[in-house]
Amino acid sequence: MTQQAERYKYDIVVIGAGGAGLRAAVEAREAGLSVAIVCKSLFGKAHTVMAEGGAAASMGNVNEKDNWMVHFRDTMRGGKFLNHYRMAELHAKEAPDRIWELETWGALFDRTKEGKISQRNFGGHEYPRLAHVGDRTGLELIRTMQQRIVALQQKDGRELGDTEKMIKVFAEVTITEILKENGKVAGAYGYRRENGQEIVFEAPAVVIATGGVGKTFKITSNSWEGTGDGHALALKAGANLVDMEFLQFHPTGMVWPLSVKGILVTESVRGEGGILTNNLGERFMFKYIPDVFKDKYADNEAEADRWYIDQDNNRRPPELLPRDEVARAINSEVKAGRGTEHGGVFLDVSKRLSAEVIKKRLPSMWHQFYELAGVDITKEAMEVGPTCHYVMGGVEVDPDSAAAVGVDGLFAAGEVAGGMHGSNRLGGNSLTDLLVFGRRAGMGAVEYVKSHGANPVSDATIEKAAAKIAAPFVSTGGENAYTLHTELQEVTHNLVGIIRTGEELSEAIVKIAELRKRSANISVTGDRMFNPGFHLVFDLDNMLLVAESTAKSALAREESRGGHTRDDFPGMNSTWRQVNHISSFDGSQVNIKAQPLPVLPKELFDLFDVHELEKYMTPQEIAKGGSN
Amino acid sequence: MARTLKLRIWRGNDKDGGLQDVTVEANNGEVVLDIIHRVQATQMGDLAVRWNCKAGKCGSCSMEINGKPRLACMTQVSAYGEDEVITITPLRAFPVIKDLVTDVSFNYKKAMEVRAYEHPTDLAPGEARMQQVDVERSQEFRKCIECFLCQDTCHVIRDHEENKKSFAGPRFFIRLAELDMHPLDTLRNRKQSAQEEHGLGMCNITKCCTEVCPEHIRITDNAIIPMKERVVDVKYDPLRWLGSVIRKREGIL
Repeated sequence: MTQQAERYKYDIVVIGAGGAGLRAAVEAREAGLSVAIVCKSLFGKAHTVMAEGGAAASMGNVNEKDNWMVHFRDTMRGGKFLNHYRMAELHAKEAPDRIWELETWGALFDRTKEGKISQRNFGGHEYPRLAHVGDRTGLELIRTMQQRIVALQQKDGRELGDTEKMIKVFAEVTITEILKENGKVAGAYGYRRENGQEIVFEAPAVVIATGGVGKTFKITSNSWEGTGDGHALALKAGANLVDMEFLQFHPTGMVWPLSVKGILVTESVRGEGGILTNNLGERFMFKYIPDVFKDKYADNEAEADRWYIDQDNNRRPPELLPRDEVARAINSEVKAGRGTEHGGVFLDVSKRLSAEVIKKRLPSMWHQFYELAGVDITKEAMEVGPTCHYVMGGVEVDPDSAAAVGVDGLFAAGEVAGGMHGSNRLGGNSLTDLLVFGRRAGMGAVEYVKSHGANPVSDATIEKAAAKIAAPFVSTGGENAYTLHTELQEVTHNLVGIIRTGEELSEAIVKIAELRKRSANISVTGDRMFNPGFHLVFDLDNMLLVAESTAKSALAREESRGGHTRDDFPGMNSTWRQVNHISSFDGSQVNIKAQPLPVLPKELFDLFDVHELEKYMTPQEIAKGGSN
Repeated sequence: MARTLKLRIWRGNDKDGGLQDVTVEANNGEVVLDIIHRVQATQMGDLAVRWNCKAGKCGSCSMEINGKPRLACMTQVSAYGEDEVITITPLRAFPVIKDLVTDVSFNYKKAMEVRAYEHPTDLAPGEARMQQVDVERSQEFRKCIECFLCQDTCHVIRDHEENKKSFAGPRFFIRLAELDMHPLDTLRNRKQSAQEEHGLGMCNITKCCTEVCPEHIRITDNAIIPMKERVVDVKYDPLRWLGSVIRKREGIL
């Protein structure tokens, strides 16, 4: 048996040190509360660092016609109107302030000629909208937030005599359970990855900001941390997940060599003029413009090319359609035998930009291809194909406070929260989502703690949580966690991937249940000292729960929309648009129920041309004209 | 096309350890981190290694490969000869926790010692105007992914534990240079504090840090040398010091 758990008391525990978690922590500290920031990796390594293209905010620095209403419309269109309207509205309204705020904390974005923050084009955004730093915007964001935390700690050091008095970062700690007492959040339980030492955090409010679920899939742009921890922790604590069937397959991941398969190729390559071609040399995206977007995208090369020079009088190139459309198009081309040698398509920016400009605007892409694939993108085309990138589904929250529905004291922000992006996220909306809702989760938690106070954790609760951590060392079942993880990835890749059928999804549900049964028999070799095999046991448990939720939600939705494509139900169906899928966990399995989508209020309904809404809504909804 | 690879991996903890021979399959195009993962999944379930993005962007998988500080995710197996044995060891400048994982908390302590950016109090959010050419100098240093390879290779601390107390290391010299060259930072004594509080003077410009930087930041030429030169100017000429402060306020420097 190990020594007794370390014990800490805080006002708020934030799980996850990416953009959303750190923004929540800043908000909580500035309101005078104490915060523990807990993360699985070292501080500053969160997946936010991987975001390349930029952060969408309608500052109007490049095109002054941009404003929050245009951004809101683009976000809703991108999500095929399944978004929670209130989240999309708050996001569009608050994003510019969150970007400017970063600048006051030392961020250095690329500039326009007038010296303002430069903004670039991206898929689905009507105007140049993404604040960026070359193609390493996520790094700038995480570093700025990390340095903001350090700045606050330094201030506490000067004023309170201890840099860690109000904010302490617990790096390389895994949280295994949200603790509850009397039906409300009381803290969190976990262990130090370095040595297996267990930790109890007592706190009346917990903010989950754990990011995504990509590692559930075989081909993904996500780092190892994307194992759906927050999704699973929330489910187990009694919260709901909303619309877990919607996963974004980013259209352009690397496909070769094998070892880098899935690594992201930023959408900025297309934003900067990169074109997609098949093995016949055909610029195929013109064939894949869906009806709902026909008036916004060019249907011929000449117009598409002119758009780069004159955006007011030409329609956009179809390479810049929302990600779900481009990913499906690439998938179809490859399936039809028009793919590259390694099962992708070609993405070429070398014909439009000079080598010097490419290296300046896309430095990490140049570096990545040159070092990992031996390809010089200033001279030749890249080979790309879809990769699991982002989960639109997530914890069901109240939009204004980020409070998880159904569990007092629990909050969620960033990728782990659902609703904001509907069935498909636009590129660039993630980084500002982190900041807007990270801040709101911090505010929500502060308000909750101020009105509720402490909720002590009982010994019985701690004992139960500790037993779960000891279990894998006790088991003699002989299953290997690495093997089960690989098998799970095969199941999700083959049966719950980019194109789905009812039959395959049913098969996946059975297989995931079998894997879950086997996972109870995992045995771990070695001891508690930095033992990746041991760590994987908890990650795997989370991934199995997330995969079950995704497969069941996907089986229930009998239509194709955004990041959910059913071969057996190929069209988008307005009746299905009125439904969210809610996942809950009964202790043994995930259950799905349909829930009506909140109705667009009249003032937001009126922002759209009614003929556009007719493409998405039923005649009855149109006749009502939004709620009052 | 698969090949069989011979590795020697350092295994152990803070008290004891040594190199272990491992034979493992490698596929075309794989990087050293792929190989470590294969060893982990098939032969050594508890082999400790840090990694995150596997794309050269997070700076987690720093280790020494055949004695050179490198990111395992950016090191192609094909860079080594058919019969060459690849030796993988933890970063030498930091205490070992287990196997390839070291205690890098030194770097976080040093980060805490560098006084944070201070925004002009009279400049409201959204009002900043800076030219691209002026932000680019600091942007080069903000490319840093904090892999700490420069810290590991720096001979001032690599084999001199006693210097760690007074020496921040190359990573934090570029942080200081970044703030020094930041068009808006209002804290005026960055160069002096680099010299007086962070041990800039102990660096004797051997450029080892620049050589190992996976982001190709010109640490020595663009950060350390300019700061050293200006420290000398400022230190011996009060008028130049005053001038530099004014120029900085005006966004000229």
